[in-house]
Amino acid sequence: MSFQIPIGPQHPALKEPISLRMTVEGEVITGVDIRLGYNHRGLEKLAEDRNWIQNIYLTERICGICSHSHATCYVQGVERLMELAPPRRGLYIRYLIAELERIHSHLLWLGVAGHEAGFDSFFMYTWRDREVVMDLLEMISGNRVHYAINTIGGVRRDLDAGQIAKIQEGIVTLRKRSEYYFYIGANEPSFVARIAGVGYLSKENAVALCAVGPVARASGVARDVRKDDPWAVYDEVDFEVATADSCDVLGRVVVRVKELLESYKICEQLLKSLPAGDIAVKAPRKAKPGEVVSRYEAPRGENIHYIKANGTDKPERLKVRAPTLANYPATVEMLRKGFIADIPLIFAAIDPCICCAERTVTLIAAGSGEESVVRMSDLRRRAIARHQNAPVKRNAVWPL
Amino acid sequence: MAALRTLLYLVVYPGLIFLFVYSTFCEWFDRKVYARLQNRMGPTHTGRFGLLQPIADFVKLLAKEDVVPEAADKRLFKVLPIIGLAVVSTAGLLLPVWNFDLAAPGFTSFSGDIIVVLYLLSLPTLILFLAAWSSANPFSTIGGARVLTMLFGYEVPLFLAVLGPAILADSWRLAEIAAFYQAKPLLLLTNLLGFIVAVIAVQAKLERTPFDIPHAETEIVGGTFTEYSGKKLALFRLTFDIEMVVSSGLLAAVFLGGFPGGAVVGFLHFVVKTLFVIFLLSLLRALTSRIRVDQVVSFAWKFLAPLAVLQLLVTILLKGLLS
Repeated sequence: MSFQIPIGPQHPALKEPISLRMTVEGEVITGVDIRLGYNHRGLEKLAEDRNWIQNIYLTERICGICSHSHATCYVQGVERLMELAPPRRGLYIRYLIAELERIHSHLLWLGVAGHEAGFDSFFMYTWRDREVVMDLLEMISGNRVHYAINTIGGVRRDLDAGQIAKIQEGIVTLRKRSEYYFYIGANEPSFVARIAGVGYLSKENAVALCAVGPVARASGVARDVRKDDPWAVYDEVDFEVATADSCDVLGRVVVRVKELLESYKICEQLLKSLPAGDIAVKAPRKAKPGEVVSRYEAPRGENIHYIKANGTDKPERLKVRAPTLANYPATVEMLRKGFIADIPLIFAAIDPCICCAERTVTLIAAGSGEESVVRMSDLRRRAIARHQNAPVKRNAVWPL
Repeated sequence: MAALRTLLYLVVYPGLIFLFVYSTFCEWFDRKVYARLQNRMGPTHTGRFGLLQPIADFVKLLAKEDVVPEAADKRLFKVLPIIGLAVVSTAGLLLPVWNFDLAAPGFTSFSGDIIVVLYLLSLPTLILFLAAWSSANPFSTIGGARVLTMLFGYEVPLFLAVLGPAILADSWRLAEIAAFYQAKPLLLLTNLLGFIVAVIAVQAKLERTPFDIPHAETEIVGGTFTEYSGKKLALFRLTFDIEMVVSSGLLAAVFLGGFPGGAVVGFLHFVVKTLFVIFLLSLLRALTSRIRVDQVVSFAWKFLAPLAVLQLLVTILLKGLLS
């Protein structure tokens, strides 16, 4: 018996709205349909009437987890447009925050993976230790989520010796704990039984479907912008690109924990060779006409910002390609032939950040499935009319 | 007088009121142990050490809006939580802690009551399946199918494991089985394997991690309970709490030497031993992640059932040696 089950737009496994319509036969998935557009915020349009500085804080709010990734990606693009060279110390602090953010994001993901697999103890432990790095970030920037440390031409806050010592101390604790989680994640029998061999994505498919970040690396594709196209400080530090070749959710867990360990290494190196000097240079108010593509390895994968300047103090166009969007085609492939029980795990394994990836909205008539383009004012008028005239619908069936 | 006594027996002790109070205490204990194992505090606020939290939750749920879906089979949907509660409470009456008198088999302690308890403990599973099916929701339907699939996995090992000690004691009456092991406590050790199998099977019966598959919230929302709310959900939760008490009481009676020493000491035995079993169940819950339904069935038939059969073999051989 084949029937459709709706996962989302509202579902306990999803922290953000997205609709996965699964055609299942018994417990086996035969078809997947991903529908986006439940959380469109019009960020790119907003960016066009804010100036270069205001846009830092706008791009920072694209994501609540990798806020620094979007802000940094934007800022390094604008710096290239303005032909600015931020001082070394500023860069070191900027990418130190970037690595600390990767640590907090990966610890968060480990917890979420544990929770999706029903392993709540793992969830509680990883999130407890995530507080260590959250506290460090708060100490450095004053904020836990939106660090607001970037500015065009450098960073806004300096580090002192006490803070450096505290960060080093925190990293020692975190490394010890992460090694333990590595052991648990790869050895706890019931957890491994749930994730090994689940959500298979072959190396060929990972390349063909343009998977990014840990998803690609877990399929044996050593693709990491920090290594492939080293910028700023990444050619001065020594680290490995973490990969796994099991091509499944277990591989994605392993890759993320390995990346945690690499990030600790990078943080320590950055702190050890932190150069003296200024943290920022003064930036001009306007940028010369031109365009730039800025790439950044966010915790979820390659983040791309395209910025076009027209000589004023505002960008003419800002295009954001969040890593989650690049991983959707691979997700469809991974979900096929899986079990219902694996849906949350496979979907969580791309570390989805749904509202970051929402760039458009489609209006689809529920009855006919017809797509249309409507003005906002018109939409509002229709909504009012509908609520005034329509009787309360009983027995409403959600059309699949 | 006899009628009054029966009424008290059914309603106050060890009937509904006692089972309600003790099962909420056990829920508190389970939640507290689970929370401490996860580095959390668990309930702290309501009552001393949060002891009243499960009761507060129950009362809160009673006050919530109770929705019956339009598409559901309404009569079945409404009546199932009450039947479930009645069934597990009845099973509770049969435990040999309040009917320890060996010489006088009454209507709650008779030859074959171990089978009746097992049967009454199997019924909630079927009730859950019917509840899921009657709610006519895709998530419930999947949950219901999972309930039954799991039943085929754990039920046989549980029966085999629990009946092993009965065979050795040569009785089908819980009080007599317990009395047999009280006389020869060393023989309890021979049932250790069966005890482990039974604890795992009971965990599956109670649908707790790693077997909380029928209501896995991240996969199928509320699973079997998706459409239940308010009073009916409260009754279902109470049913599960009482089922936990009764099944741990059953394991304690069969595998841990029962509850010797009359009404008071026997009751203390009951509290300590059920809490010990519940502690094991909480430990299992904290240490594992949820497995898939096909893994439950293969695990049950590849490991639990053969181990239970092995236990039976050991028991039978031992019985031959002893006689």
